Amino acid sequence: MEDHEEQEVEFWRKLDEEGISRSQMLKRSVAAAAGLTILSGPGAALAARRLRTAAAPPLKGASVPMATMIANAKKEGGLNTIALPPDWANYGEIMSTFQKKYGIKISNSNPDGTSAEENQAVQSLKGDPRAPDAVDDGPAFAISGTVQGLFAKYFNTNFGTIPRAMKDTRGYWTGDYWGAISIGYNANLISTPPKTFADLLKSDYKGKVAMNGSPLTAGSAVAGVFAAALANGGSLNNVQPGIDFFAKLKSVGNWVPVDASPQTVASGQTPIVIDWDYLNLAYGPEFPSAKWKTVLPSDGVYGAYYAQAINATAPHPWSARLWEEFLYSDQGQLLFLKGYSHPARFTDMVRRNVIPKAMISALPAASIYAKVKFASNGQQTAAKALIADQWPAKMGA
Amino acid sequence: MAWIGTLPFFAYTLLFLFLPAATVLLGAFKDVHGGWTTSNVTVLVQQPYRLYYKTSIEVSLVTAVLGGIFGLAVAYAAIRDGSPRWIRSMLTTFSGVAANFGGIPLAFAFIATLGTIGIVTQFLKNQLGIDLYGNGTWSLFSTSGVEIVYLYFQLPLMILVIAPAIDGLKREWREAASNLGASSWQYWRHVGLPVLTPSLLGGVILLFGNAFAAYATAYSLGYQNLIPIAIGNYYSGNVLDNPHLAQAMALGMFVVLAVMMTLYIPLQRRAQRWAK
Repeated sequence: MEDHEEQEVEFWRKLDEEGISRSQMLKRSVAAAAGLTILSGPGAALAARRLRTAAAPPLKGASVPMATMIANAKKEGGLNTIALPPDWANYGEIMSTFQKKYGIKISNSNPDGTSAEENQAVQSLKGDPRAPDAVDDGPAFAISGTVQGLFAKYFNTNFGTIPRAMKDTRGYWTGDYWGAISIGYNANLISTPPKTFADLLKSDYKGKVAMNGSPLTAGSAVAGVFAAALANGGSLNNVQPGIDFFAKLKSVGNWVPVDASPQTVASGQTPIVIDWDYLNLAYGPEFPSAKWKTVLPSDGVYGAYYAQAINATAPHPWSARLWEEFLYSDQGQLLFLKGYSHPARFTDMVRRNVIPKAMISALPAASIYAKVKFASNGQQTAAKALIADQWPAKMGA
Repeated sequence: MAWIGTLPFFAYTLLFLFLPAATVLLGAFKDVHGGWTTSNVTVLVQQPYRLYYKTSIEVSLVTAVLGGIFGLAVAYAAIRDGSPRWIRSMLTTFSGVAANFGGIPLAFAFIATLGTIGIVTQFLKNQLGIDLYGNGTWSLFSTSGVEIVYLYFQLPLMILVIAPAIDGLKREWREAASNLGASSWQYWRHVGLPVLTPSLLGGVILLFGNAFAAYATAYSLGYQNLIPIAIGNYYSGNVLDNPHLAQAMALGMFVVLAVMMTLYIPLQRRAQRWAK
């Protein structure tokens, strides 16, 4: 009987997911001659499912009252996150707001970790109470983690208003925020600000241009190569001009191979930094004496997003889902925006007119953001392979 | 039963040396789906992996040989008869600290002095008119820059390992050689260097391994073309996700070190012939 019930519940879950109407489903089940009990009593099955949801977290945020979710999450006594730098996309405030709002303590391990390390932690800490409940992965790692079966399906309440290109329609991962490649500069040291990638080759900028890491290891640097490619006659399918641009930047002596960080920005060691808009824009108020300004290079506007996914074997499954609900609520999404990144539901919130004007005006002009291009997973894989092949010889030594 | 005392040591080497090495060995021949493959290993002879090995070996050899020669010279100058005692104690104390000074602090110290806006760079530029970065040929963040930074810990390490050997050069040998009419060159050619050679070779090998495995120092300089850094990029970066290829690259490091040892052992044996 137990097994039977399990199957029924699974059946209804699938139905929910695929969003097909009950009559269609009934037809299918008749055709397959596999849904006898459901035919005899859909009401009973539904009730069984409701009963289940109290024990196991739901598949859809909208299917349980928020109060139930909060109560169950509180009982778990904590939330484990991983690789969320407090000075990145306003994660510091996002985490502290969540803790205050729900009284659930967050332990954030390895704050400067990489996506690969996040997925490795999910795998290697399986069954451990310290395992991360949710990860914030680059899309490539969200996809590979899904293939490896690391993540649980979950459709947060606002799943519908997230752009289709930024989510897994099966619910394994969901894009949370995106950024575009920008050029930040120290107005004390740079008198004529660069506005485009082409500008960066000027002789005024000798030994001044840096990226946030090497594209062999940092996602933002890969994005920098993509943006430079767009600016130099390349495309999302062809990043060769981007690699050649940086080789040229190096040969004219403008390139500094130091990884840009808050420290190098504050000290003036990296007077010009190609990096995510949300990082460059955040340096402005963080280091007033560096007079940090940010422009979006009009000749290459490239964006990329990060994605949330829930650990399939999360030690705090309810808290993990509550965390997702919080991140995708208007409040959570506005906190991303406060950190100068574009939340996934940006367009929806603009449409509903819930974004304070000041937040919008703190960002570069919307007309430039309108030109943003995102690479598909296939395009990213191809670009990374080309970069791995050529970067060491062209940019090293 | 005294051998029981060695058990912790062997347990330690088993857990922290042989088991990880076996994992690397097996992992190097696996693909992403868990099947067996040799492609991770065979691909290593191609670019860009060949470049990573080439630069790693080059940096290790250059800093081991330069560190070895200058380390020997400095140690000899400080320890030889007639040098005041305090020079020796100061030198070995400093070397003990400097040989273990690496990673982020060392990279930062060099960036703050010889980086693009380092104090020495600025001083040379503003006071003496020498612009280190002017013609774009030299940079702290290039291969030669990394070699200079590595020498900061390589040279003191050589001083530490060669000092006991220099102590072994007895004053009587030199006096005897002089009494028999040997010139300084002849003394070094036939007595001094043959006595020192085994330790010198051993020291250079140690320095090679020391530089070959160094990671954080070059990483903090933003230098990417070394094999340990490439392994890190493939194993746990945000971009290149291929742990098995990284394990194959680590296996390649074993091979390079094994080749070094097979060259070293016969050389060492030859150098020690005089002792028989």
